[in-house]
Amino acid sequence: MSKYDVVMGAVITKPRTSLENKTGSWRTRRPVVDVEKCVNCLLCWIYCPDSAIIRLEDHIAINYDYCKGCGICAEECPRKAITMVEEG
Amino acid sequence: MVTLKQLPVEELWGPGHNACAGCGSSIAVKMILKALRGPTVVVSPTGCVEVVSSSYPQTAWGVPWVHVLFENAAAVASGIEAAYKYMVKKGITNEKPDVIVIAGDGGTFDIGLQALSGALERWHDFLYICYDNEAYMNTGIQRSSATPKGAWTTTSPAGKVIPGKPEWKKDLIGIAVAHGIPYAATATIAYWNDLITKVRKALEVEGPTVLHVLAPCPLGWRFDPSKTVEISRLAVQTRYFPLYEVENGVYKLSVKVSRPKPVEEFLRPQRRFRHLFTPENRHIIEEIQKNIDEGWERLLKRCGLKS
Repeated sequence: MSKYDVVMGAVITKPRTSLENKTGSWRTRRPVVDVEKCVNCLLCWIYCPDSAIIRLEDHIAINYDYCKGCGICAEECPRKAITMVEEG
Repeated sequence: MVTLKQLPVEELWGPGHNACAGCGSSIAVKMILKALRGPTVVVSPTGCVEVVSSSYPQTAWGVPWVHVLFENAAAVASGIEAAYKYMVKKGITNEKPDVIVIAGDGGTFDIGLQALSGALERWHDFLYICYDNEAYMNTGIQRSSATPKGAWTTTSPAGKVIPGKPEWKKDLIGIAVAHGIPYAATATIAYWNDLITKVRKALEVEGPTVLHVLAPCPLGWRFDPSKTVEISRLAVQTRYFPLYEVENGVYKLSVKVSRPKPVEEFLRPQRRFRHLFTPENRHIIEEIQKNIDEGWERLLKRCGLKS
């Protein structure tokens, strides 16, 4: 090793390894989707800070592994298809 | 303009990041990454987005990303852009990726301002995005020059001596436009279409571009996490944060707010402004309203519109 070689610092070579970090455990309230009311407008999908909305064929589902329970989806849903329920 | 169904399903801002529940800047980053047009390198200085996305050995980024010091994000982006330009010239690579800086208001308005000014002046082809949560949130809500007048922070505490921060907020887009850059704009998360369209437009422009994105912070602004998008919408509807773009010096209003709500509606849900609603501080709300009205008039004049 010559004196000009620089030791690499904290390099992560794989993308999105944070998927291991299941932030769903932070949640105190849980969003529940009424699939009858859901029109698949995807507003919850674009506003979810934790990318915890799963797009399905004609409605959405919640990824409880990552949902932190902020309640933005329930607040923004124009059809009121999502309700927040106490966890536990 | 895009529709939600046209946007890429693939997430480049991975879940599992450590942002607070209801984080506004996290929504902003997610939307920004939905607007990419090809290979992209993202540079972030120290700040909320950097801290929450990179708890080693994990990363939330789905694009190449580099964390640099608080003050030199724009300088590092300049270097990356210049290096790729040279590599294309020498035939080492045939594609030049887009270079985006995603920096907070502390890293932009205060600490990184000279690096930003330098990079704009040197005319590097990059996009600088400031997600503005109006204080140093990750270190514990200290005031920055983006904090609005009257806001409580831990270094501008509301009490007998001062009623929150005594000074006004800095005009970032004004500073950016003064460099004569081809594109600068404001955006906020509630208007997702506007934000994504502006990011894509800025990427397609040759030369330096700046975006100022308002990202409400439930922790520092003191409101319920479920209201993040609602607060962002109120900021526009009260004319507190007008959405506009400046293309080659020509101003254009993006969202016309013909029937504005009084600024109280934006201030009241946020407990950082709670002290303003006491009789002795009431005049500050009137000052803020007056400042907003005057700013809107100025903006309309620049856009060539009548009030």
